[in-house]
Amino acid sequence: MNNRLEEYLIEKGLFITAISSIIIILLIITFIFIEGFPAIESYGVLNFVFGSTWAPLKGDFGVLTMIVGTLGITFLALAMAVPLSLLCAIFMAEIAPSSMRRILKPVIETLAGIPSVVYGFFGLIILVPFMREQFGGTGFSMLTASVILTVMILPTIISVTVDSLRSVPYEYKEASLALGSTQWQTIRNVIFPAALPGVITGIILGMGRAIGETLAVIMVAGNVTQFPTSVMDPVRALTSNIALEMGYATGIHYNALFGTAIVLFFMIMILLVAANYLHYKKKVVIGGGYL
Amino acid sequence: MNRIEVENLNVYFDEAHILKDVNIKIPNNTVTSLIGPSGCGKSTFIRTLNRMNDLISGFRKEGSIFLDGNEIYEPSVDVVELRKKVGMVFQKPNPFPKSIFDNVAYGLKVHGINDKDVVEERVEESLKSAALWEEVKDKLDKSAMGLSGGQQQRLCIARTIAIEPEVILMDEPCSALDPISTTKIEDLIHKLKKEYTIVIVTHNMQQATRVSKYTAFFLHGEIVESGRTEKLFMEPEDKRTEDYITGRFG
Repeated sequence: MNNRLEEYLIEKGLFITAISSIIIILLIITFIFIEGFPAIESYGVLNFVFGSTWAPLKGDFGVLTMIVGTLGITFLALAMAVPLSLLCAIFMAEIAPSSMRRILKPVIETLAGIPSVVYGFFGLIILVPFMREQFGGTGFSMLTASVILTVMILPTIISVTVDSLRSVPYEYKEASLALGSTQWQTIRNVIFPAALPGVITGIILGMGRAIGETLAVIMVAGNVTQFPTSVMDPVRALTSNIALEMGYATGIHYNALFGTAIVLFFMIMILLVAANYLHYKKKVVIGGGYL
Repeated sequence: MNRIEVENLNVYFDEAHILKDVNIKIPNNTVTSLIGPSGCGKSTFIRTLNRMNDLISGFRKEGSIFLDGNEIYEPSVDVVELRKKVGMVFQKPNPFPKSIFDNVAYGLKVHGINDKDVVEERVEESLKSAALWEEVKDKLDKSAMGLSGGQQQRLCIARTIAIEPEVILMDEPCSALDPISTTKIEDLIHKLKKEYTIVIVTHNMQQATRVSKYTAFFLHGEIVESGRTEKLFMEPEDKRTEDYITGRFG
């Protein structure tokens, strides 16, 4: 009887903790929608999402330039970070001797622990002047922001990829080498494909961090609400928009910032669903439903 | 003629002395069984023949292993070429998480055979040789992970023979399989020995008598006795061999 009571209490306790975290998320989402809805409603959904003028003082709340900014920064960062981190992860998981791995792994994990303001400050002091000297302009640009983001998401993608490469069963590697493959052929044709679902998870996590990053991006992106014509143009990200204007926004402008958050929310949802679908599909295709 | 000759082979993993003064000759186009209790070194021995032990840190060996008269541990030997000549089937069926076709075609691909017709022909031939073709010919593009354990093991054999090795090493290929699958693999071994030199590690002494012409008995890293299978099982010369095959230990 006592045992059953204990079981009951533990089960309910776990249920309550699980449900409360879900409730907190739902409350936040509800709040964002309630606060953001008036702006979107009065300005019109299509105008809000596809409008290209953001002029709060004149009552213009089009966020398209910032959607472009966020997507541009994110994908440019991924384009640089993915190849770099995959090669680094392959080296760490398959090629580096274990003594080197013992040093590399904590170093890369430390990289993930550095606060974003430090990255931003580094970007502001070192990278922005460098870009200005190399490419002209102000140095504040989409490219500068994505370079900083690249460094920030490297550790995420690397750690997850290393773990998934190392969890590929040793038998696959053995089988491939026993057939007379070289080490590189084995990595490329057997180990990497088998680890691909995990690699995609790592990229999704990195992408999530890149989209959501605010502070470091504000410090180097230039924050101009216009369409970039090249990667050297300054851009404003959706997250930056909220952080930059929340201090003084009132009335409909205040609601419009929450509207920006709603747009960001849907963008992240769409990207996550797409990425998870890809992850699921790879898993099924590779494992025939057995992985 | 002897395909493989091993002379005074000693193997160490760090300080552990695993194989002690192993001498054995493995003749062409026959099946040679290696028997002995767990931990006697027979798997370690078979894995020195295609240099799979090179992957394990702390591995060190003394003595010589000749394949067709050439020392396989010479620095000039290309391990990739060696493993192409000396194929291996593992204890646990280990197909790649790829389609059935790609599993067999894999070895061809890494050895630079890309001609589609040649690859298709070799895949079909290999699957036929491995007595698997009839069971899988309609689902070559399906994942190999969906096959039964016995089918997976025959797929691994097909994958090995696709690259036309001279020697096939089998490390307890039936230990994870049911009796029917085991029979199929044994029939296959009988068929394959016409073209290949086969070395098989087995726990199962009946299996050794059924499939092999020669048998070597390993104990504590040494070969206690080796010779023709029927002789070793009917009139063992060494007391320890007799004790083992009559089931007194092991």
